[in-house]
Amino acid sequence: MPTSTFLLCLPELYQMALALVLFAVILANPNQRANLSWLPAAAAVNIVLAACALPLKGLLFYDAYQIDGLSQFFKLAIAAGFFITTLNAVRQPTLETDKRTDYFFLLSVSALGLMLLASTVELVSIYIALEASSYSLYAIIALRGKDRRAAEAGIKYIMFGAAATAISLYGFSYILATQHTSYISELAAKSWSFAEAPGAAIGLMLFLAGFFYKLALFPFHFWCPDVYQGSSNETAAYVATLPKLGAVVVLVRMAALLKPGLEITTLIAVFGALSMTYGNFAALAQKDLKRILGYSSVAHAGYVTLGLVSGTAQGLAASAFYIVVYLVMNLACFWVVCRLSGNGENLQLEDLGGLFKRQPFLAFVLAVSAFSLVGLPPTAGFMGKLFLITSAWNHGYNWLVIVAAVNTAISIYYYLNMVRHAYTKESPEYPIAAKPGAASAVWGGVLAAAVLFLGVLPSPVFQWALTAGKQLLP
Amino acid sequence: MNGFPILSTLIFLPLIGAAILPFLPRGNAVRVFTLVVGVVETILAIPFASDFHLDMAGFQYTELLPWAPQWGLNYALGVDGISFLMILLTVVLLPLCVLCSWSYISSRLKEFHFCLLLMTSACIGVFASLDFVLFYLFWEAMLVPMYLLIAVWGGPDRRYASLKFFLYTLAGSTLLLVAIVAYAIHGGSFYIPDLMNKTYPFNFQFWTFLAMALAFAIKVPMFPFHTWLPAAHVEAPTAGSVLLASVLLKMGTYGFLRFCLPLAPAASQYFAPFMIAISIISIIYGGFLALGQKDMKKLIAYSSVGHMGFVTLGIFMFNLRGVEGALMQMLNHGITTGGLFMLVGAIYERSHSRQIKDNLGLGKYLPAYMFFFGLFSLSSLAFPGTNSFVGEALVLIGAFKRNLWVGALAIPGALLAAAYMLRLLQKLAWGQPSTGKSFVDLNAREWIYLAPLAIFVIYIGLAPTRALRTMDASITHMLDSMRAKTEVVQSTTKTPQQLSFNAAKIVQEVRDAD
Repeated sequence: MPTSTFLLCLPELYQMALALVLFAVILANPNQRANLSWLPAAAAVNIVLAACALPLKGLLFYDAYQIDGLSQFFKLAIAAGFFITTLNAVRQPTLETDKRTDYFFLLSVSALGLMLLASTVELVSIYIALEASSYSLYAIIALRGKDRRAAEAGIKYIMFGAAATAISLYGFSYILATQHTSYISELAAKSWSFAEAPGAAIGLMLFLAGFFYKLALFPFHFWCPDVYQGSSNETAAYVATLPKLGAVVVLVRMAALLKPGLEITTLIAVFGALSMTYGNFAALAQKDLKRILGYSSVAHAGYVTLGLVSGTAQGLAASAFYIVVYLVMNLACFWVVCRLSGNGENLQLEDLGGLFKRQPFLAFVLAVSAFSLVGLPPTAGFMGKLFLITSAWNHGYNWLVIVAAVNTAISIYYYLNMVRHAYTKESPEYPIAAKPGAASAVWGGVLAAAVLFLGVLPSPVFQWALTAGKQLLP
Repeated sequence: MNGFPILSTLIFLPLIGAAILPFLPRGNAVRVFTLVVGVVETILAIPFASDFHLDMAGFQYTELLPWAPQWGLNYALGVDGISFLMILLTVVLLPLCVLCSWSYISSRLKEFHFCLLLMTSACIGVFASLDFVLFYLFWEAMLVPMYLLIAVWGGPDRRYASLKFFLYTLAGSTLLLVAIVAYAIHGGSFYIPDLMNKTYPFNFQFWTFLAMALAFAIKVPMFPFHTWLPAAHVEAPTAGSVLLASVLLKMGTYGFLRFCLPLAPAASQYFAPFMIAISIISIIYGGFLALGQKDMKKLIAYSSVGHMGFVTLGIFMFNLRGVEGALMQMLNHGITTGGLFMLVGAIYERSHSRQIKDNLGLGKYLPAYMFFFGLFSLSSLAFPGTNSFVGEALVLIGAFKRNLWVGALAIPGALLAAAYMLRLLQKLAWGQPSTGKSFVDLNAREWIYLAPLAIFVIYIGLAPTRALRTMDASITHMLDSMRAKTEVVQSTTKTPQQLSFNAAKIVQEVRDAD
């Protein structure tokens, strides 16, 4: 297909243009009272562009930037996620009016960074894309009115982030010193066993730490519940979903280096097992909804490792599919949280009481997303988990599959608890919630329908993930 | 795929009904609409039942469509002698459940009937699936409406009961999913008939049997896992109890018959003594507990533990009579216990109490009610001439055939059943009347939903041949292939531990291959 370089990276360019327009709006309106209601529609255009760009292929910028099935699949997911996030955040109650344009400027830069991350196949470029997506988030997290907890969350995120990326960069120096290249395609041909290349093995592990931090995999998860709790609901919805896509796309690319049985692979499997177990047990004791979702994402990070360690195209496809499912079901869950919290305060479990009577439709959306997070059929969470454990079985990590299954059993309690509060408890004395409008119900319904659709008919979306996986590991 | 997709129709008709339900006007329209769906479903089941080939061992009415071809998932449906009667029972229960909740349920009508319709299609799906993942999908999908039935419309302790029900059953079946995946990787397909034709090494069977048996034993429920059942039954609304007793519990024993025996025959043989032991414990323990209950629903719930013990006992006899008896007992327990729960619901609407002491001496004031109660009670204690006698007698014949002691140990269970049912019957019929004087006897609606079950009780009790013939061919085929496969399987040199922690071995194999 003869396509110019310009067309190949159309979604990124559009996203960049969006950021630049927002930047211009900031400059043009020093008093910052710009009308931003056009933003969701503008973000929606990129979904179309990314969908059109799905079949493209190419290698740009001295082979550091690859357009392939995997990158286009993730760019589409990021564009869709960004659309929902802007839709969700555009009437954010805790965001001061004079900071709104800045907020969305930073948000779109972060999404741009994630899109770049999806395509980079060279370690330095990966690092730069990672930083581009992270730096804007450091600022965004603290933007929650005059809330001190948000400032605390921002500090925590930046401290952990700085430390993790420093470790990552340090690891990169080892890889470059021992393997003499920074291109993933060349690195894939090298040996990564500890016995043959100890420096490289250590370096790779350290390099991956930066992405484990983004993914909130144990032991790099400490920021996760605190940041979710501290930042505003709408920001948390973004931090909880899209950056994980960026982390997984890189991990999926790097997984081409991880053969089953290697020390690094086993270590990742162990991290995965600990992450699921720790996340689920910690979530059992939480009362704050966003903390529950925070620990839940720690657990889900563990599930994703199942596909990464399998060393097969199916495994990579399963991981990619699962993280997209994770994106959809978490956005649905956060959608409900954001709609219920009228003034942007944090919701406790008790605040869900009697939701079934107050807001039957939101209660339904919440139930669908919670059951999907458990992995109950016929939701997308089940299909994702089925693909993960099928791909991981008989590739040396059967114990990890068993741990994942047992963890599903543990996790039922706290997800079900949300549904239980919504359906069987009485309303709290002073229910906090504005009456959400028809539009919010529609988008909540769309997200719930997407969760159910991916659960009942996963094959169209999964086909893209599988094609992408087969390109990486033929 | 041949002819009209009757199974899909049976599964999707309630779903379509559930989709239309939210748009109906409030009030009685919802009830009438669901009843119509139920009746249409039952009418559709008539050609389904009459066209069933009695002497065919394989699957009938098969449907096969690709679902997620990249992963080998199919939308595969089919029926054989093992699942046929259970599907019919499920279909028939839908209109009866609507009728028995007509005045019992007065709040959130739409949601209630929505759950009922979802339950029905999921239950039919479980019995009709020929794809392992499709089976699991229906198996789990049915939990949510059941949970809501208990949690929203249940009794005072409904939160505890529904949570316990959900946690128990879902936790049990997570390992079932791993077993399914293991079979698919080993056997190369999720399609159940394909999987049944393969033989698996003993160590593999050993672990998968344990994983599957845990899920099924919780559902049945067998002795150490039975505690969720009384809680769920007591708190559930009448229709919930009926579906729980008549259909849900059968899924566990159906799982044993459909999956454990054909897929893990050698392991089933290996674990049979253990399974027989806990079946007998369930029979006797359930019977004793039932003897001491003051709450009618709890009594019937514990009696279910005992009756289901007979079913698992029959299954693990591995002979025709035993398995025949088990299947008959599954059907009969569904009819009888469903009827008993409906009767308890009917009297609860009058006395607002399920305690035995509040419902004494009804014989004089509610003769029709006591007629049905007497009939179902006699059936429950397996009185000759009623349906349960056929099942229980066949199970006992099978047990005595296999081993004198197994049969002898199960006999006290039958005695206990007589003791607790007659105690209940005596108090209800001839006790000192307390509040019963003012109650009205059964109305036409109650007659309508009780009469079909009563007819089945007597019909199957007197003429069980037709029911037995539907299942014989399939059972014989299953037991024959099971015996053949058990002989083939020989213990391999690998230990189960090596199989589950095989990282090092796989790497070695990969290196050797290179």
